[in-house]
Parts: sequence; structure tokens; C-alpha cells
Amino acid sequence: MFDTEIETKNMELEERQLTSTSHVNALENEAIYILREVASQFERPVLLFSGGKDSITLVRLAQKAFWPAKIPFPLMHIDTGHNFPETIEFRDRLVEELGLELIVRKVQDSIDQGKVKEESGRYSSRNSLQTTTLLDAIEEFKFDACIGGARRDEEKARAKERIFSVRDDFGQWDEKNQRPELFDMLNGQIELGQNVRVFPISNWTELDVWSYIKEEGIEIPSIYFAHKRKVFLRDGLIWSHSEYVYQEDDEEVLERMVRFRTVGDMSCTAAVFSNATDINAVVQEIKDSTISERGARIDDKRSEAAMEKRKQQGYF
Amino acid sequence: MEVLKIATAGSVDDGKSTLIGRILYDTKSLTSDKLEAIENTSKKRGYDYLDFSLATDGLVAEREQGITIDVAHIYFSTDKKSYIIADTPGHVEYTRNMVTGASTSQAAIILIDARKGVIEQTHRHFFINNLLRVKEIVVAINKMDLVDFSEERYNEIKADFEQLMAKRDYEDQKITFVPVSALRGDNVVHRSENTPWYQGETLLEHLEGLDLAAVSNVGTPRFPVQYVIRPKTDDHHDFRGFAGKVYGGELSVGDEVVALPSQTRSKIKEIYFHDKKYRTASRRSSVTITLEDEINLSRGDMLVKAGDLPTIDKQFTATISWMDTDKLVPGKKYVVQHGVNKVLAKVNTINHKIHPDYSGIEENVDGLAMNDIAQVTFKLNKPIFYDKFKNHRTNGSFILIDTQSNNTVGAGFIA
Repeated sequence: MFDTEIETKNMELEERQLTSTSHVNALENEAIYILREVASQFERPVLLFSGGKDSITLVRLAQKAFWPAKIPFPLMHIDTGHNFPETIEFRDRLVEELGLELIVRKVQDSIDQGKVKEESGRYSSRNSLQTTTLLDAIEEFKFDACIGGARRDEEKARAKERIFSVRDDFGQWDEKNQRPELFDMLNGQIELGQNVRVFPISNWTELDVWSYIKEEGIEIPSIYFAHKRKVFLRDGLIWSHSEYVYQEDDEEVLERMVRFRTVGDMSCTAAVFSNATDINAVVQEIKDSTISERGARIDDKRSEAAMEKRKQQGYF
Repeated sequence: MEVLKIATAGSVDDGKSTLIGRILYDTKSLTSDKLEAIENTSKKRGYDYLDFSLATDGLVAEREQGITIDVAHIYFSTDKKSYIIADTPGHVEYTRNMVTGASTSQAAIILIDARKGVIEQTHRHFFINNLLRVKEIVVAINKMDLVDFSEERYNEIKADFEQLMAKRDYEDQKITFVPVSALRGDNVVHRSENTPWYQGETLLEHLEGLDLAAVSNVGTPRFPVQYVIRPKTDDHHDFRGFAGKVYGGELSVGDEVVALPSQTRSKIKEIYFHDKKYRTASRRSSVTITLEDEINLSRGDMLVKAGDLPTIDKQFTATISWMDTDKLVPGKKYVVQHGVNKVLAKVNTINHKIHPDYSGIEENVDGLAMNDIAQVTFKLNKPIFYDKFKNHRTNGSFILIDTQSNNTVGAGFIA
């Protein structure tokens, strides 16, 4: 882990030698270890599932960690209501196939309860409103550990996040008072009311995730592959044309081949032009890419410290 | 591809973040949007060069004060290796971050400002990397541009550092010196024309050439049980698997093993990774093991090879690095987390404080403050199964947890 005597997995099959030497295997061993620590150290863990590639990867890792037993925690989706329909279809199919428990809590309900107000205007999004819904759900189910698919390479503030990240009663992240993490040891001791955000794929890069999806043959929602979509251009980003996304009259709708590198809800995720229609092409595209993954996240563009601020307030 | 994890150590203004930024830039690991952000901010601040430290200093407070205050992780890869850099601050108050970063690294880069040479801070950086038994050290003598790329100055600093090396108690540690200018890019990734007297590799060339097997600390196999898998489904009604990570060596089907603490013997029946069976589990693989006999094992117990038992004891002495603002005092109780095993421990005696700069020890100490390093004897409420840290980096280390705040307040290395 962190103890980087990370070494590639060279276990032998009974009949034949397993020849995989990819370092993704070392990361896989680390993630499985972390998931097992969660199941051991906490009473009510939950896996935060967005339907994106990172949380789908987490589900695969959890399957491996606990086989032949079922994954010993439920999945929870904080639903903004502004989803790509492909993601929701995918989510429901996955849950059914694996016989998992799925909890859905809706941002719309938080709005209806008057706890948060819908943003308006050009850059309106329900992304930051998710925090309230998430914190309410944690309280409702008394979750003590929330497993998330965030990675340190995504963003500068995330680079300082721990594997086990303690949040107070208000879900807040105190970045100056984080527990040191030494060797492989994870300290999940908390007080009542606190919870821990757990990031098993902290040390994976975007390319690691894609390589893993490819090697494992993991199914992902179709929007990750190049497809024809109605879009419009603003601030150098490609926005989806949708009832959920604010659009000026003079912002012309175009039909283009695009795909998504990261999937939040429709109002905060920009597309990239792409012809990568299968996993091999996607992996190659990531290798050749000169723009970072979150370069297409509208929510991060708000300011240089945007992510850090949201995290302090209890964001994923 | 292999992963190499590297910790960095340097004093404030030694140019550590700049060095990392330079590596990222010269290996073309900075994406165009990140580069653009660096260019814009550098311009805004009126610099005539690109401030690569902006690539790594992630928190608002750091950007404001221009210093690094916590461990940040930076990822990049070349055709040969994947690298994870734990960027740890060099300021005197942040010993704990350096210990943390070094605990997970196989290699360390220690930065020295060529104008200042080997200073007290350098002693500390080297001391911690000795204590944590980081096998591969690269001493990057930085800011060579500010001493006119002087060979004489470089040799002077090298000689000073070699004097320091005589004080370590870790002979296997390998040390390499490289003259660099992180700001201008000399000998970081590309060879410099300004140091014709230097025939060695650049910093990155050296890292690329490291043999991962040789820089790993290997001991004997230890298998701490993390989690017991009992599916109780029709297909796997009697399945009882012990999930955990293999440390130190490898375990194979048929190996005769001893379960601790019960000291019951059995044999390894199957080794699973996911739903596939393997003959051998290598170091650091997360597997599930079944045994020939039904023996009682739960989380915190350990499987070891017969004839290769660790020390089983309710007392041990360790070097500890104290990381909390509250003092450690004799008589106080803490939770010792040793791998995945937790026991209650009492501080029996603080034997002495160790000056982390090789300047000796201090006896008659009545408490430890943040960043102190000391030799401490603990008494436990039940035995643990440990090896000496110098023989087993995993099974010889532990963390201390405060029973009230639940914070991780220290790290220990068993003597």
C-alpha cells in the first residue's frame, strides 16, 4: 500500500503459471485488503455507487474480496435525478445480476423538504446539492463507513486524502488534522456519530482503472464509448443537450461523436470528442491524452480550490 | 509494469516540489490543462520561469504560504515503471509526515541545497530513512546552477554526507549522489551539459534502473487473518476461508502451518484468489486460505510456517515516533495496532529519547512531545506475535491509537 513493497502478483495456477505482471495486480491486492478491513472494522458499511466506472470497479473488487460469500454491504446511489438514463439502466441490471442490496436516496426529496435550493442560471447543477442528501442518508441508516471510488490522481486536494478518512458529525473533512497512515495499517476507530470515508482505489490512476476494466472484461455503461449525441459548446467544453442542462438560445445544438471520461450527472459532466467505440480504443485514447480526466468536470472549474471546499463541507 | 514508491525529504526551500514538478514536466506527465494552470499562475505572480511546485502543492493553505504541509501522492509512469511519489514536507515540525511517507516507500530522495550543504535537517532526513529502513537513497544535490555547477562544491557536500553515513546501523542501504538543478532541469530527467565532470546517471535514469526485487525488504512468511469467509450457501456450505495478505515470503498448498495464538498445527489445503485456486501465494497478495483441519481462527490471529515462529510475548521494547500534540507519558494506556491485531498496551518505561540527528540520546525523560523519537517499553494485556523490525518490516511495526480521541498518535518499530 502504501507499503510499496507492492509487488506484482505472480501466483501460480495449479495447472499453469499465471503470467500477468501488470502493476494493476498490485493495486488490486491493495484494494482487496482495504475492502476486507472495512468489513472487519465497521458495523454498517455502504458502498457509494454512482454508476460510474470507478464505483463499478469497486463492485468487482468487492466480489473478489469476499468470494464465495456475497458482498457483505449494500450499495447506495445518491440520485440527482439528472442522470444519464444509460447509467440507471446499467445500475439496476448490475444489482440484479449480483443479488446486491441497493439503496437510492434522491436529491429531489432534499429539495422538496426545503433543505437545499435548486441552483439556477447558466452553470446550475445538482452536484453540490448531493452532499445534503448523502449526509441525511448516512444518518438515516447509521452508516459508519462509506466506500467511494475517488482516486488521488484525479485532483490536487484528493492527492492528500487518506485511505480511511474520518468525517465528523457534519460530514466535514478536516484536512489539517488527518490521521497518519503507516505501512498497511488502517485505523478505523471512531466515535458514535462520526463516519469514515474509505477510498480503496486511492492509488490507482485513470489509466489503471481502464486497464483493469479491459483485463477483467468488466461491463460499463455505453456512454463511456463513442456515440452520436446532441451537444453544444461553451467555455471550450462539450455539454450535453438535455432538459436538465441550462442552455442559452444562441448556443447551437450539434450532433457529434463523443464519449464521457467521467460520469457525474448531466449538468456537471462534459463530453470529449472521440471515435473510441470499444475498450481497446478507449485505453489507447487515455494513454495518448494530454488533458486530465477532471479537465472535463465542470464542477471543478469553478475555482482552483473548488474540490477542497466541497470536501470540507462533506462531499464524497 | 512495476510500481516503485518513493518518499521525498528536503528542507523548506530546498526545491522539493519544484523537483517533482520538473520530473512530471520532463517525462511529459503533466496534462495540457494542468500545465496551462501552472503557466497562468506563474505569470500572474510575475515569475520568469514556470513554478512547478504548483503542480503538487494542493491545499489552499499551502498555496498561500508556499509550503507543503501534508503528504501528497503524485503518480506518473514511464515505459519501464509506474511511480508513486509521497511528497513529504521537510520542515522540522513535520517529522511525523516524513515517517509516514517513508513507511510506505522503497526508495527516498533526500534534497540538499548546494549553497547550504549538509545541515541539521539533512541529518534528520537521513536518520528517519535509516530508522524506517528505506533501502534505496538518492541524495539530490540541488540548485547546482546557483553554485556555478561547481564540481568542488559537489564533492565537498558528498564528503560531508559520507561522514553521516558512517553513523547508520543499516549496511544494506544503498546511497547514490546526483548533482541537479530542478528549476533548470539539469540531470533530473535529461543529462546536463553544465556538469561535464559528472559521469553518473540522471535522477530518473537511476530510478528506472532500480531492481524492484532488490529494493524490497523480504522476511519470512506471515499471514495475519483479516477476515473469516463463511458463505453458508448451498454451494459452499462448509466453506471456511481465512482472508488476508501474505507478508514477507510466500505460502504454498501443503505447507505445514501453525495457527497463533493457539499453536494448533494444520496444513494449507487451498489458496484462492477470487474464485480461482493457486498453488502458491506470493508476497503481498490478498488471498483466501483454507486448512486441512477445522481449527478455530479469527481476525488478529496469524498463520506461520511450522518451525518458523515469531516471538510471542506480552511485552516488547520499540523505537517509537510520537505524532500527537498530547504528550506520551509512562503509565498511560494506548491501543497497539499490530497489523490487523489490536491489543491494549501500557507504557511501562520511556528508556531514552533519541535525537533524530545522530547527536545521541537523552535519559531521564518524563514524557514525549510531537515529533519525538524514543525507545519505549510496553506491557500488553495479551501476547502478540512479532518479529524485530530489522528482520520484518511488516510484522515488526505497529501504530499507537489514543483510547479517547481514537487518533493514530504514534508509530513503533520493535527492537
